[in-house]
Amino acid sequence: MIHFDNVTKVYSNQGRPALQGVNVAVEKGEFVFLVGPSGSGKSTFLRLILKEERPTQGGIHVAGKDLSRLTNWKIPHLRRRIGCVFQDFRLLPNKNVYENVAFALEVIGKPRRFIRKVVPEVIDLVGLEGKAHRMPDELSGGEQQRVAIARAFVNRPMILLADEPTGNIDPATSIGIMKVLDRINRTGTTVVMATHDAAIVDAFRKRVVELEDGRVVRDQSRGVYGQAYGGV
Amino acid sequence: MRVQFVFQEIWIGLRRNLTMTIALVVTVAIAMALFGTGVLLKMQVDKSNNYWSNKVEVSIYLCNKLSANPTCKKTAPTADQKSEIQKQLESMPQVQKVTPETAEQAYQRAKEQFKDSPGIAGSIQPGDIPDSFRVKLKDPKNFAAVVAQMQGRAGVDQVVNERAILEKFFKILGGLQWAALTIAAIQLIAAVLLVANTIRLSAFNRRRETGIMRLVGASNIYIQLPFVLEGAIAGLVGGIFAAILLSFSKVFLLGRLQKNLQFATPLGWVDVTTVIVASMCFGVLLCALASFLTLRRYLKI
Repeated sequence: MIHFDNVTKVYSNQGRPALQGVNVAVEKGEFVFLVGPSGSGKSTFLRLILKEERPTQGGIHVAGKDLSRLTNWKIPHLRRRIGCVFQDFRLLPNKNVYENVAFALEVIGKPRRFIRKVVPEVIDLVGLEGKAHRMPDELSGGEQQRVAIARAFVNRPMILLADEPTGNIDPATSIGIMKVLDRINRTGTTVVMATHDAAIVDAFRKRVVELEDGRVVRDQSRGVYGQAYGGV
Repeated sequence: MRVQFVFQEIWIGLRRNLTMTIALVVTVAIAMALFGTGVLLKMQVDKSNNYWSNKVEVSIYLCNKLSANPTCKKTAPTADQKSEIQKQLESMPQVQKVTPETAEQAYQRAKEQFKDSPGIAGSIQPGDIPDSFRVKLKDPKNFAAVVAQMQGRAGVDQVVNERAILEKFFKILGGLQWAALTIAAIQLIAAVLLVANTIRLSAFNRRRETGIMRLVGASNIYIQLPFVLEGAIAGLVGGIFAAILLSFSKVFLLGRLQKNLQFATPLGWVDVTTVIVASMCFGVLLCALASFLTLRRYLKI
């Protein structure tokens, strides 16, 4: 589903590469934690999958597509197959829950009847039954992140990328968010989650890819956050 | 393509940017109105020029009992003198055609010309305008030779180069036309800069939305169209105001010119409508293009 083949990324204003000779293969339906300190290249990894950045060297295949051969006007079609969740939720403050989720479908031109059908379904799926007409500022952080997940998942993407989704949320609520991501993973969606949250990584026991200074230093199935830091 | 969604986004964009939008609409309206006025004046000048260049160029008025010119001695020339003058005119190499006009014909023509102004028409008496020869030249520029030979000749009261009078008038119109077009050009530059600024603000205001649109895979057309249409709609509204202003300038400026200055060739509403439609299309396209080019700089796809 996601194949990094000896990928190096150097940002033009920085001498040190953000990623260096990275080889990672994520298969369909996998759940992968991407761990590592700040600046280790996690975000670059995610941005490369979305073709927001181009690799300096190496090849990337996402959902069977060679990204280097993907023309600019086809990038939107790639992104429709990838959902994205961020630490800061990125909801539209002037739209309610339903409208925020529906927005993702409206802007890719889905018919209104389809939107009316699938948006309530996905709002239920993330556990926000009965809150469709709340505004984002009336919701807790955990609930806002659920809205963001609903928006990312409403178009049934093949891949869900999550960049520190629990970064702004207290530990108890984070477990709930993780359960939603797990539920989405069980529908067959590949999930890649960059995180600093050791407790969650250790509790879920999924595949762990650890980056350090742009290199993959560990790739372990059913891993923990990091032995080096004395993880459980 | 969800039309309703796109228009909703445009409406939000325009409303959030209300002050800029108003400034833009006003600027576009003025630019388009001046541009249109310039074009209308040019059409008017061209049309009148064509008309007048086929008409009389030099008039030779003969003496009569009212002439102030001392060489006339307040007596009209004899029939012999008249035919001599006509013969001399016809023998000149510069002259193409000589048409005599009697005082009676001139009186009828003046009455006809001023029939809309009863005050003037009523005060004209037969004989106010003396007998004359209307001379058409082969090349209107060679009037000087004719004037020189006729001026001061026995029986000739005045030689009037009518073209020179018209030329002055056309010069004024031409000046107006260029003034309008110059101001229009400056306004157009201002309009383009305002469009760029409005769209930049709009893109900044809606960066959350566009960011999410990009992320969920909205196509570039979907992301850019609301902005481009925002510019185009501001251009269109400006164009509508310009159309109103242009109608005013047709009625008040050209209409008055025609009434007071005996224009033989009024511009019809067809011409005005053509100019209005053309300047509206131009304004809309210009705004849309300016929006599009601005977006390429400020909206990362």
